Amino acid sequence: MSTVMQPPKPSKPWLATPKQRITTASIYIASALMSFLVVAATPMKGKLAYFVVFFFASVIIDFILCFVQRGMASAKDAVARGVVTAGMTFAVLPILSILFEVVKRGYKGLHLSLFTNDMSVTSVNDPVANGGLLHAITGTIILVGIALIVAMPIGILTAVYLTEIRGKFAVPIKFLVQAMSGVPSIVAGLFILSAYVYPLTGTLSGFAGSLALMILMIPTIARTSEEVLLLIPSDLREAGVALGGTQWRTVALVVVPAAKSGLVTALILGIARVAGETAPLVLLTGGGEKVNPNPFSGPMGSLPLYIWKCFGQGTEESITRAWSGILVLLVIVLGLFITARFLSERKVTK
Amino acid sequence: MTIENEDNMDKVAARPSSLSDVAAAKQKKSPGGQSLGVGLEARGVHAWFSGKHVLDGISLDFWSGTVTALIGPSGCGKSTFIRTLNRMHEFIPGAQMAGEVLLDGKDIYESGTDVTKIRLKVGMVFQKPNPFPSMTIAENVLSGLKLAELKVADKDALLEDCLERAGLWSEVKDRLNAHGGSLSGGQQQRLCIARSLAVKPQVLLMDEPCSALDPGSTLKIEETISHLSSSMTIIIVTHNMQQAARVSDYTAFFLSDGGPGSMIEVGPTSEIFSRPRDTRTENYVTGRFG
Repeated sequence: MSTVMQPPKPSKPWLATPKQRITTASIYIASALMSFLVVAATPMKGKLAYFVVFFFASVIIDFILCFVQRGMASAKDAVARGVVTAGMTFAVLPILSILFEVVKRGYKGLHLSLFTNDMSVTSVNDPVANGGLLHAITGTIILVGIALIVAMPIGILTAVYLTEIRGKFAVPIKFLVQAMSGVPSIVAGLFILSAYVYPLTGTLSGFAGSLALMILMIPTIARTSEEVLLLIPSDLREAGVALGGTQWRTVALVVVPAAKSGLVTALILGIARVAGETAPLVLLTGGGEKVNPNPFSGPMGSLPLYIWKCFGQGTEESITRAWSGILVLLVIVLGLFITARFLSERKVTK
Repeated sequence: MTIENEDNMDKVAARPSSLSDVAAAKQKKSPGGQSLGVGLEARGVHAWFSGKHVLDGISLDFWSGTVTALIGPSGCGKSTFIRTLNRMHEFIPGAQMAGEVLLDGKDIYESGTDVTKIRLKVGMVFQKPNPFPSMTIAENVLSGLKLAELKVADKDALLEDCLERAGLWSEVKDRLNAHGGSLSGGQQQRLCIARSLAVKPQVLLMDEPCSALDPGSTLKIEETISHLSSSMTIIIVTHNMQQAARVSDYTAFFLSDGGPGSMIEVGPTSEIFSRPRDTRTENYVTGRFG
């Protein structure tokens, strides 16, 4: 045999054939046509009506087609697929439209001096190019930074208590942490106002705002860290203890390093949780227009507060400023989430 | 509890023959008739999980410089038993025990005993290879020193010595700074053995160390065990009868008849496999059940 056997041509026989694709496309086209017709013929109006009619039309057509071709089981499957897809669409649409709206309205107010100027000499009617966000960005960094420095050890140690020490109080503490993560942020603000500002300092300050953010941050960090630590196989704990390590050294040298990237994710989620908090900061920080590096004296600005104030001022310029403030805040929070995602995925692949 | 204890005393008394057999056999094996001595003795060890009695009065001596294999079907309490020997049993929530475990004549369960010191002297290798994922190969081997806060003058020498004794040195000497997870399963298990050796234990407990490994890696680990056995006491739980026959000097057969697991028979490995006294042992080692 001199001829070399040719390997068969690689293909993907499980993919849809062109004919099936045309069928699918025509279902959608028919549904779209139907939605236009129905909206035109009936008193239903608006974008939502198109969506609803399109959804029902496509599910019904798909159902009938599948029933005729492959029977009832397949037809039910088609309905389930349609409902799930619709659910996903309705969940994603608001997020996308928020992003779209923020970018559309916010980009007009973007300029480089946003990051070098504050609002101390700018009045509400000045052109958008005047003034900037520096006081708000530095304020947010200081507020969140202080909150993080305190909340990080408390949150992680709480998680270590819940997963490693598992003491008598683990169950009630777990319950409390879960309940605390549902505390409305204004409650945290009022608590600091009545427990710290009125009895102790008497003046509003950045630090008071940080304290409120801390209260909101601890449960997020504790819960996420707890889940991360629970993922660490108990083999590793046993191995550490079997080598003559005390529980503390095993946790510190084996368990926490193994969970490192997950714990970083927990911290970032904690930051993202509070970076956009407005209510407690309205109550506590005083919201100045000038860069203030001292958290213990004088009013301190922050991004959410800046947005809130700008909307309140109501002039065209300040509303544009508010939207660009939102854009900057969104980019920061989104950046944090992407970092968290990146770090946690890196752990999986390793 | 008192009833259990009386029961257990009976059992200890009822099994003097097998224990003295072991002693006699050991006397024969040791050079010049000199015994190296009993390193570890279990005296009427019972164990419970959340009130369920799983181990019924095990009394067994482990002689220094020997390998003892624990065989028996799944669920007969072998693993539970060896975990009582270095106090890893108490790591499981709901665990209870009764009886004594004497290390150099001293009960390791005596109140006031520093449990970390016990685990330093009685090391353990687990069923599944579990190198520490955040550490390199070298750091894994030396991790016991850090965990137990021990000081060693020459870490590099210790590292090489442990890896050499675990039969891994030649395979990893060029990549000591690679992560432990980058090794194959068999190499990871030998890394775990090297890790246990670094804190210089007197006794090494091995809980089915080869059950997750291929035959080639199993052979390597068995070679490692024979090398190690001259200098320490090794107790190995295995489901592999050939393995027990190959590596061990003594074999103990455990069995549970639905209730708590108990030790049916113990003796020199050659006798357990060729002339077992108990028919249940014979049935098990010849593969008729289990």
